[in-house]
Amino acid sequence: MQFIKPDVNINFVGQRFKAFILSGLLILATVVSLFVQGGPNLGIDFAGGILVQVRFTESTDAASIKKALEPIGMGQALVQSFGGEGRKEFLVRDENQGLKLQGLSDRVRETLSATYGKGKVEVRRVEMVGPKVGADLREKALLAIFYAILLIVVYISGRFEQKWGLAAVMAAVLVGATLLVQTLISAAGGQPGGGTVWLILTSLVVTVGLCWLLKLRYALGAIVALIHDVAITVGVFSLLDKEFTLATVAALLTIIGYSLNDTIIVYDRIRENLKRAGKLELGEVINSSVNQTLSRTILTSSTTLVVLGSLYILGGGVIQDFALALLVGVVVGTYSSIFVASPILLLLPEGDSVFTRRASRPAAQPRPEPTPEPVPAIPVSPAKQASARKRKGKKSGKKRRKR
Amino acid sequence: MSKNFAMKAILVGVVIILALLYLVPTMGGKMPSWWTSYLPSDKIHLGLDLQGGMHLILEVETAKAVEASVERTSQELIRRMREEKIRAIRPQAEPGNQISVTLLHENDRAKLEDLIKQGYPDYSVASARTLNDGKIALTMKLSAAAVKHIAEQASTQALETIRNRVDQFGVSEPEILPQADGRILIQLPGIKDPQRAVALIGKTAQLEFKLVDDSVNPSSVSKSALPPGDELLYLYRRDRASGRVSKEPIVVRRRVAMTGANITDARVQIDSQYSEPYVSIAFDSRGARQFADVTSRNVKKRLAIVLDGKVQSAPVIQEAITGGEARITGDFSMEEARDLAVVLRSGALPAPVRILEERTVGPSLGRDSIDQGITSMAVGFVLVVLFILIYYRLAGVIANLALLLNLVLITAALAAFQATLTLPGIAGIILTIGMAVDANVLIFERVREELRLGKTPYAAVEAGYGKATLTILDANITTLIAALVLFQFGTGPIRGFAVTLSIGIASSLFTAITFTRLLFDLYLHQFRPKRLLI
Repeated sequence: MQFIKPDVNINFVGQRFKAFILSGLLILATVVSLFVQGGPNLGIDFAGGILVQVRFTESTDAASIKKALEPIGMGQALVQSFGGEGRKEFLVRDENQGLKLQGLSDRVRETLSATYGKGKVEVRRVEMVGPKVGADLREKALLAIFYAILLIVVYISGRFEQKWGLAAVMAAVLVGATLLVQTLISAAGGQPGGGTVWLILTSLVVTVGLCWLLKLRYALGAIVALIHDVAITVGVFSLLDKEFTLATVAALLTIIGYSLNDTIIVYDRIRENLKRAGKLELGEVINSSVNQTLSRTILTSSTTLVVLGSLYILGGGVIQDFALALLVGVVVGTYSSIFVASPILLLLPEGDSVFTRRASRPAAQPRPEPTPEPVPAIPVSPAKQASARKRKGKKSGKKRRKR
Repeated sequence: MSKNFAMKAILVGVVIILALLYLVPTMGGKMPSWWTSYLPSDKIHLGLDLQGGMHLILEVETAKAVEASVERTSQELIRRMREEKIRAIRPQAEPGNQISVTLLHENDRAKLEDLIKQGYPDYSVASARTLNDGKIALTMKLSAAAVKHIAEQASTQALETIRNRVDQFGVSEPEILPQADGRILIQLPGIKDPQRAVALIGKTAQLEFKLVDDSVNPSSVSKSALPPGDELLYLYRRDRASGRVSKEPIVVRRRVAMTGANITDARVQIDSQYSEPYVSIAFDSRGARQFADVTSRNVKKRLAIVLDGKVQSAPVIQEAITGGEARITGDFSMEEARDLAVVLRSGALPAPVRILEERTVGPSLGRDSIDQGITSMAVGFVLVVLFILIYYRLAGVIANLALLLNLVLITAALAAFQATLTLPGIAGIILTIGMAVDANVLIFERVREELRLGKTPYAAVEAGYGKATLTILDANITTLIAALVLFQFGTGPIRGFAVTLSIGIASSLFTAITFTRLLFDLYLHQFRPKRLLI
């Protein structure tokens, strides 16, 4: 069975400007949404506060729960119905920093049972995070994102370009730059959490700048795709007014991994095809590579989406947001590896030179084939194919020697 | 190929057998003894979010321990100065870990400085100035090293005390670990009564005996008008019937007549007259002597029993108590009395503790999470298996076998590494099911391409695996990097996700590449098919 015919040749590269505009709009929406809401909607993990999941034996509503909580100063709490069980289960959330957390979970328990009667209320989950721990967790999460970016950037710049020495230099520059920013921030007396945000931004800017300067074209494409995926996922969360929790951060990191996974596979194909593409246009090669891997991209995404969908629908309320973040991330990641990560290679500086130089490198080809290599299905006309094969034998060999 | 093939077959066989051995304890109920003595017997460990329980992060307020130490020193200094015949106005502990002393005579200054040097090496004279009336105002300050030492000691002692209390509370497999910055992490799996646990763990249980100053009328005196050396405390009474709490002011001497430091035992007794519970405490010989001393010198006076700054009771001393026993009465329920006995037995916390983070999951929610997690995993698995089967037919069967083995390997690895399975951990397994297929999809799509080029099934499989393997490895490394970072920074449930994701990636590489290749080789070798159903 096949969803995607082997000779499929959709002109993805031709659609790139439409795709860029769409992506740009989505990222713009993210920025606007974050700006309007004054930053991401932090859950109690990061903001500090209390979250209580309660189940009542009889149905009730948010307003009366709020009223019941008024005596202990939680009248402003956010009360949401939770899991579809006939309005019996609720999430109560209060991020009021003025609340005295000591013994608060007890007070909530007592107040609710006083109003609804003993045995009619079951407190199923309490999460109480003090402001200090909240700030610590915020810092920790941001650092995790920072280190993930650092490691992955080093990995992909080494991996894609086979320049591990350059990758090490890049890592050193990155660490140096971030250290510099860190000292600048602490000299300016900024608070630590805000500092880490700057750290991440600096590392991203430095990375993109370095890739540009060093002409690490694939690495740059992969990083742009990664930023794209994470940014849009954050935007969707922000637009849906979902909270950012530790689980969301875990999901974002996973999305970073997943997004690169997809990108790496398409890029590997592009490089493989470039080796025997001869004088074919870069755009054509990219497009045929995307088409060749399309079947795989769609298949893997759909199995991942199927399991995540199952987790989202059946996994229960506690894990739902986590599943949602992953779902969004996988959809965006799939879109970006087709429409963004690959076409963007065309926008980056310097023409074929980087690629042909890369092409002389044996690593993308694990071992030489014993049989003479037939040219795979690059969807071009047979005549072109034959001439491409000839050229491959002559010209690219000469080129290599020249360099 | 035959030698290579045999090696691979043996490797795969060994891995499968090991995995099954590790899985058996989790699947089966009680293991027979011959099994547990030779074979793995650890079940998969469930996280707090799945089995229910409580996660606490406490902060020991070590600054308070330092303050208390300074206060004790100032009390002791009064006695020492009397012995040395240094005449001074009562030394007073002050903020900044200082003690101020006002000497009446200039010539006592050298004596006091000598006393400090000899008896209190942790202190140094911070300032001394002669006042207008010839008196000398002197402050002594605790050194920074000593402050640090006291704080560290307080943290260690608090950890020990809490460990003691939790042990007596009866929780199976509690985890109590010191963290950075004097914090303590406490995990109490399967706890039924979180409120009680918090009360028990968090109680400072600083027991003090202080003499009541009956010369002052407590109800009319204001805090500022207290005689020097006195303080105003309250006795809280709870009316059993209405549950209303009333408080009665009591003026006591600030000086501590005796502390609870010398308690050897504390147990709940029932008052035969009112059949109400009280806690009887027993002192060691030193404490007994001290208690006898205090009571014999203050017969007919009232002695306040103060617990964490609240007066429990203030009975009149009828006669000297020499038996080394005392009783603490109050409006206790049986449970409260029992918990008080526990905290008195395990000793006071050197400083109050503050709850910085509390996460409690009730057992019913944990159960639900397990059920929902497993249901969504099963549904996801079946859907993927069906999908792959329809899409790849025979090759799909192979991929599905690999997927099944993958699931077995992940669970076995969880048991083998004693990793904790959490709800996000289950999500990690589910995600792995979706992503593990990727490796096979990559290979199969490659094989299909090669077949279209007219290769024989064997050559196509060979080429497919050859070309896809490196890409698969590389693509998985990025997710592995993300998972490892998560493991490093994540806490509790999230760490569980990082664990299952990492294990899942490793095992899916093994199953999707090595295991399926073995099956393909076997199939191609045995049947030598002209066409490959893929």
